[in-house]
Amino acid sequence: MTAAPRLALALLLALGSAGGALAVQPDEVLKDAGLEARARDISAGLRCLVCQNQSIDDSDAPLARDLRVIVRERLQAGDTDPQVESYVVGRYGEYVLLRPVFALHTLLLWLTPLAAIGLGIFGLWRLSRRRTEPTPQGLSAAEEAEIAALTRRD
Amino acid sequence: MLIEVGHFALALALALSLVQAVMPVWAARSGDQALRAVATPAALGTFACVLFAFGALTYAHATSDFSVQNVVENSHTAKPFLYKLSGVWGNHEGSMLLWILILALFGALVAIARESVPPTLRANTLAVQGLITFVFVLFIITTSNPFARVSPAPPEGNDLNPLLQDFGLAIHPPLLYVGYVGFSITFAFAIAALIDGRIDAVWARAVRPWTLTAWSFLTLGIAMGSYWAYYELGWGGWWFWDPVENASLMPWLAGTALLHSTVVMEKRDALKVWTVLLAILTFSLSLLGTFIVRSGVLTSVHSFATDPTRGIFILAILILFIGGSLTLFAWRAPMLRQGGLFAPISREGALVMNNLFLAAACATVFVGTLYPLLLEMLTAEKISVGPPFFNYTFIPLAIPLLLIVPFGQTLAWKRGDVHAASQRLFAALAVALVVGLAVLAYTWGGPMMAPVGIGLGAYLVIGSVLEIVSRARGYGASRTRKASVVWRRAIGLPRSAWGTALAHAGVGVVVLGIAAQGWATEGLKTLKPGESLASGPYVATLDRVGPRMGENYSETTAFLTIRSTAGDMIGTVETGKRFYPSRKMTVTESGLLTLGVSQVYASLGEVLPEGGIGLRLYYKPLVLLIWLGAVVMALGGAVSLTDRRMRVGAPARAKTKPVHAGSMAAAE
Repeated sequence: MTAAPRLALALLLALGSAGGALAVQPDEVLKDAGLEARARDISAGLRCLVCQNQSIDDSDAPLARDLRVIVRERLQAGDTDPQVESYVVGRYGEYVLLRPVFALHTLLLWLTPLAAIGLGIFGLWRLSRRRTEPTPQGLSAAEEAEIAALTRRD
Repeated sequence: MLIEVGHFALALALALSLVQAVMPVWAARSGDQALRAVATPAALGTFACVLFAFGALTYAHATSDFSVQNVVENSHTAKPFLYKLSGVWGNHEGSMLLWILILALFGALVAIARESVPPTLRANTLAVQGLITFVFVLFIITTSNPFARVSPAPPEGNDLNPLLQDFGLAIHPPLLYVGYVGFSITFAFAIAALIDGRIDAVWARAVRPWTLTAWSFLTLGIAMGSYWAYYELGWGGWWFWDPVENASLMPWLAGTALLHSTVVMEKRDALKVWTVLLAILTFSLSLLGTFIVRSGVLTSVHSFATDPTRGIFILAILILFIGGSLTLFAWRAPMLRQGGLFAPISREGALVMNNLFLAAACATVFVGTLYPLLLEMLTAEKISVGPPFFNYTFIPLAIPLLLIVPFGQTLAWKRGDVHAASQRLFAALAVALVVGLAVLAYTWGGPMMAPVGIGLGAYLVIGSVLEIVSRARGYGASRTRKASVVWRRAIGLPRSAWGTALAHAGVGVVVLGIAAQGWATEGLKTLKPGESLASGPYVATLDRVGPRMGENYSETTAFLTIRSTAGDMIGTVETGKRFYPSRKMTVTESGLLTLGVSQVYASLGEVLPEGGIGLRLYYKPLVLLIWLGAVVMALGGAVSLTDRRMRVGAPARAKTKPVHAGSMAAAE
């Protein structure tokens, strides 16, 4: 049911918004194409707080719209991208960032890929050091008996 | 009446699956062969009972029997008939019943498969499968009974969630479940091997067809879910790194690793312990996926998360199977003898690298999905792990994995020669580089990663083609350039070689599709009739906005004409907002215009009172390749399944043609 629950969830969101409009609305778009592109980039990395794992860029919830407007206002006021992000984080907390910060409490998270590769290489290294020749597996008692029975038949 | 019989059949299935679970174990202790043979009819009986129960529920849905609660909650008399049928599994109870049906089906298939499996291994496998079935039937009977009645019966049902009233629901869950549940067989085999304390190439060969089947279906199921979300959700994305998606991706990654490690085990008698662990983990991840979707721990807002007792029951199932199997693994795995050393530069070496990267990718998705939950439990800190995290971590793991794919195909077993392999792959590398550079030059100023992805995809596809061609041309003295000979040899290549090449080419096709999304364009505008909106090379003109009636909805439709920027007529697209009165819900219906493998995607936003609409128009170049590639991958799995090796294993031949005592003596 990969899609089904998400569909259901999108539906809940649609219910929450008036008229079920879609994400960024034409009236929100900034005149300056460069600023708008930056706004879209930033929005894609900010979580819609009342949705499940949706960015404010994708979401149609009213709160997401408010956030999109805030992002655009900050950009128009001359903020850099990180300034906009830290402004939003200041207001809504770290939870709003879809890309978690790299800090002590997210260290394990960010290091997972490297740790997994490292662990695998370590395991392989251990395996290669144990240079024992493979020995054939012994037969079970039942199989020994079967062979004995077969050879006895002669 | 039929409903009660269906309910009773489910109870009977509970008893029969217990018989299936217990008898082989008992037989092993008492040495009673007849007792062990009971597992086969028990497995068949369980399947028959669950099939009957499923049929009864389907009948109730098809006839809109509103004395059944499940039908009341999820159906409506005006609902189109197809959705009445697919609505059977468009809810928690029914989908769980489908899950169990597939579980019992696989149990029955193992019971009747004429396989070269040693009898003890087969009996233990059936027992484990029986135990899984028993626990899940118990779960459905105690917490999620689909046959509960309502009295008095209401005259009308609540209807199915409109977003689920789509052809996608008819095929996506069944495909996905066959995938998830198919890995239960591999799991059962692994547990059986651990109980038995031995594992060998025969085991690997017995497991392979099941793994291939499950993997192929899971691939299709995920792809279908992705395409469904793409056209239904209306914002044109095809993968969201949503926990529920990750829940299906994890078993796929582990299953893909398993598929490759069993090959090493079968051919080289190596990676045994790792393969058993992977088999356990793959099904554990399938179970975890079920838990994530149904318990609501991660996605707290979705349709199935209603009853905490269900979540606790599933958690108990998780602990029983995952905890139990890993404990058994820790205890018994050291007894499985390790064998088969190998050189790093060899086909098995490449396959080990494949497993390394797939396992790391799987671990990353796993940690990324569960980390916020754990962190919040431990420190009360709330963080989000969204698409940017997965893109930053997953892609760097995927690229080296994809780069070694053609090498894995080309290198020989035992001792490969990187130099020779590189020479053979030179054409693929060269063409991919030229293609990548040409695309880069042509789209200069656009996204940088897209041409890289195109080159990578081309490299994978050409690598697969080259593998077939070079094998067909032969090596050494028998090497030939004669087209007729090459053709004949190519046809004569083992099906598994074709399957491998197809599946890997399919991966390349997916990569091409994904890469091309770097050039996708989006247009957004409020339009009045007669006005136009451009996106990429296409322009949409709003012809008119009008009402339209469906079987159980009314729709406000925007009729659009699509033209090229030069003004040539391309086609028409309709996108609308559907209102379902039964649930008082509005759903956006996106409009798609397929041009080859590319699509123009229109999605209706707000409908303004003065006749204007908010329109979103995407141009998605080569987007269909993403899902077509997945179909090619699954096709590769299917072709591999028809390989002669799967049908007649050496031990099977020995069984049908018993060795004569005389030849045995002669051999001595």
